[in-house]
Amino acid sequence: MHIIELPELGHFALILALCMACVQMVMPLLGTLVRQPVWLAYAQPAAWGQFLFLTFSFACLTASFMLDDFSVAYIANNSNSALPWYYKFSAVWGSHEGSLLLWIWILSGWTFAVSLTRGLPAEILARVLAVMGAISVGFALFILATSDPFERILPRIPTDGADLNPLLQDFGLIVHPPLLYMGYVGFAVAFAFAITALWSGRLDAAWARWSRPWTTVAWIFLTLGITLGSWWAYYELGWGGWWFWDPVENASLMPWLVGTALMHSLAVTEKRGVFRSWTLLLAIFSFSLSLLGTFLVRSGVLNSVHAFAADPGRGFFILVLLGITIGGSLLLYALRVPKVNVKVRYALFSREVFLLVNNIILVVAMLTVLLGTIYPLLLDALGHGKISVGPPYFNALIAPQMILLAFFMGLGPLTEWKQARWQRLRQRLWWAAGATLVFGLVVLPFIYDGQWHFWVAMGMTVTLWIVLTSLRDLYEAARGRRGLAGVTASRWGMILGHLGLAMTAFGVTMVANYAEERDIRMALQEPVEVHGLNFTLTSLEHVEGPNYTAERAVVSVSGPDGAQISVLHPEKRLYAVRRMPMTEAAIDWGFTRDIYVAMGEPLADGAWAMRVHYKPFVRWLWFGGGFMALGGLLAACDKRYRSRVKRSEEAAAVTEVAV
Amino acid sequence: MRRLVLFIPLAIFLVLAVFFMRGLSLNPMERASTMIGQPLPEFSLKRLDAPHQVVTRDDLLGQVFLLNVWGSWCPSCYDEHEYIVAAAKAGVPVIGLNYKDTPEKAHEYLRKMGNPYQMNLQEPEGMRALAFDLGVYGAPETFLVDREGTIRYHLTGVVTETLLNETLLPEVRRWQKH
Amino acid sequence: MAKTLMGLCMGLLIVSMAHAAIEVFPFADDQQRDRFQHLTELLRCPKCQNQTIGGSNSPIAQDMREQLFTLLQQGHSDQEVIDYMKARFGDYVVYQPPMRKDTWVLWWLPPLALLAGAIIILGLVWHKRRQSNAAAEVTSSPHEAQRAARLQQVLDRYADDKDIPS
Repeated sequence: MHIIELPELGHFALILALCMACVQMVMPLLGTLVRQPVWLAYAQPAAWGQFLFLTFSFACLTASFMLDDFSVAYIANNSNSALPWYYKFSAVWGSHEGSLLLWIWILSGWTFAVSLTRGLPAEILARVLAVMGAISVGFALFILATSDPFERILPRIPTDGADLNPLLQDFGLIVHPPLLYMGYVGFAVAFAFAITALWSGRLDAAWARWSRPWTTVAWIFLTLGITLGSWWAYYELGWGGWWFWDPVENASLMPWLVGTALMHSLAVTEKRGVFRSWTLLLAIFSFSLSLLGTFLVRSGVLNSVHAFAADPGRGFFILVLLGITIGGSLLLYALRVPKVNVKVRYALFSREVFLLVNNIILVVAMLTVLLGTIYPLLLDALGHGKISVGPPYFNALIAPQMILLAFFMGLGPLTEWKQARWQRLRQRLWWAAGATLVFGLVVLPFIYDGQWHFWVAMGMTVTLWIVLTSLRDLYEAARGRRGLAGVTASRWGMILGHLGLAMTAFGVTMVANYAEERDIRMALQEPVEVHGLNFTLTSLEHVEGPNYTAERAVVSVSGPDGAQISVLHPEKRLYAVRRMPMTEAAIDWGFTRDIYVAMGEPLADGAWAMRVHYKPFVRWLWFGGGFMALGGLLAACDKRYRSRVKRSEEAAAVTEVAV
Repeated sequence: MRRLVLFIPLAIFLVLAVFFMRGLSLNPMERASTMIGQPLPEFSLKRLDAPHQVVTRDDLLGQVFLLNVWGSWCPSCYDEHEYIVAAAKAGVPVIGLNYKDTPEKAHEYLRKMGNPYQMNLQEPEGMRALAFDLGVYGAPETFLVDREGTIRYHLTGVVTETLLNETLLPEVRRWQKH
Repeated sequence: MAKTLMGLCMGLLIVSMAHAAIEVFPFADDQQRDRFQHLTELLRCPKCQNQTIGGSNSPIAQDMREQLFTLLQQGHSDQEVIDYMKARFGDYVVYQPPMRKDTWVLWWLPPLALLAGAIIILGLVWHKRRQSNAAAEVTSSPHEAQRAARLQQVLDRYADDKDIPS
């Protein structure tokens, strides 16, 4: 018998948060309509209240999980008393209802953070908060109407829970969803700024400056979230892959691609005042694609490995939300985007144009991913039968686009704004281009196995080109009086971010072309050779975990000379409650290679079927993700954003003259 | 003119939204059949009730019949069984294909649920014969085969009352008249 | 009540990729193993959510792997194997979408979009150049010239900032 009824309190808090969100949405709207500026002031406290109540609501759900309150249906379905406490904690967002609560709580957190920004005109702030409040209202209604995590199973309370899906009982799944949601939801800020710009008609460079740091921070989280998700899939799913072009993965990649384009486009808009309508459109797109991902994953319209099970009722609700948010904002865009043709000159060879080219490639890449993801649905809806669009399609189309992207990525930073001088560009680039062609295209591809492969050559060329041009850019930046100390944080950010992409490209190239995979029979004390290494099953042991039992193999790995490299402990687990078998792969990781062993099924005579992977440089693709995020962090920390007041005055001056 | 260009993103979104709307009522797990209009594949399988007797494709031809893939391990097969019985009662010959099952469990199932089948063929675990050639990837599935041995209808999933009365039986009658 | 419960059960996250399919086949040579691995990653398990036949342990995926091995042993080419599976399980069974009339958009829209993008950029730059040429001729009033100069001055200050991120 609980003295405090936490789930009900959480539920009430959620309803109160909805009320707050309503105030936050309606008051600025009315205030603008009836010209009552005082009413705008309601938005800020409402945002605080909303955050407070949602925090409380989220805490109630978390506490109920910790207290094993199995009278709550969501907890009964996703937790168990034997579950370790940290997984009880992450089980809060382990399924549909709780993850939505996390989603809206994060949104309120972003809203709270925005409401604290100084240097923003009060009227603009109120409108931004109103837009974010409107999104909150939609999602709070969605949760309350279709996906209430606090619903009780009464009167027949189960004695214990059905347990969290064993796949989610992992460190990666504690961190991955919150990071990803921080990214998705973070784009709501850029979206709200864009809508405010359209609504108020203030489409100057100032809005670009305001939304830039927010966009960058959201992008950092999304980058980290995707990287972590890929890493998790690699070590947890036991198949050794890191990306499958599954709809759920694609749903996170699409906002990332557009978010990347948006970050760059915002830079141009802020610096040069051009491409305004394009930047606005990207801001709308990046959040719209986050929402679209939510729809695709939660409505059951697509087949995915990790989709939430189909519920057309919920799907319909999200589709309505989608229609209002995306349809409404695109309509507003079409009606309100100004026809002003900014009289800022730029030539074909200018940084503006190169950035625009990259923007277009990124958007086309997003389009490719979108098309591939929903095409089976489109054909099916037209009655043309079922097809599958998988890795062969995406790899064939995305790889060339990425090569093109890398080419312009190298050019961009070394080109001046407005009009690049050919001679200077040539002088800066000739050695980078030469070295790239000689080493990337010809020399490096031979090194690993003495043979020339087309895709290795392409990958090496791309990697080297980005690295060399980035270094050249660093050299240019450090030529000032203060040397390397004179390089600004945002410049470092750009260079690190680009180097991160090069690292990812390198890792992908190596692992896609040189990885080795073998399914082998392993008997006790009988060494098996894979990729020049000897794998010996030295013993098998039975393990009792907190909520599972496991067979654990001890596999000794030694080099050709007999020296031991590592001892690995792959497991085959059986989770007690769900009776679900799980492969726990064992990995010996290194900078140049991963050795990966996963257990299959027992064979006759005490032998086991095992899968052994040798994956050269696979870590680099996640290091690259980390570097990109770090680059973003440096760019977001640039001190220019702290003297915002002065800058927004200047921006206003630009507008006054330009419009 | 330029204004109209600005409406393109909205138009694309609206088209997509219509498709998504349609998508909500479609089941992505459903598969279209490649078998309709194709001849029933050649096979030679043991009978469940007379294991020494081997049945081939030619033994089944000459009548319009339903081929029902089932297994005692399959929960949905229990659900649809009464309509298979109803089909047999309505005079439609039903051939069973006992899929990934053992004879003991299959006999137990038939004893308990009743046996509507004219005969049952066995395709146990590890064997890839008729069911595999028919593209069966689970149970239950039901095929309608005409006199010449051409597959005329293919259902993946459970036979329900409506499906039986409004689709299966009329289809059988239609091909019997042919 | 029962309905809510069912709804809740359906709300559970379905992740069926619980454990990879690991089997030992007696391949004739390395080349056959490579082909087998390639094909198990190209063929889709018809019963699963979104998994290759190499990634799933469902009975049908197992059957398909065994049949695939048999077909390779019998000396069939990759294309023959794919056609064999397609004849039984439909186009759906291959992760590579077919090239036909109703998938034309799927294959060609992205390259066309790229081309359209290139044309738009060229058009934009051309338009800009013409516009600025015209502006240079037309700008006669001293007031306008002054405004343009001021704008240029402010913009240049931005452009010449040492801290140019992009």
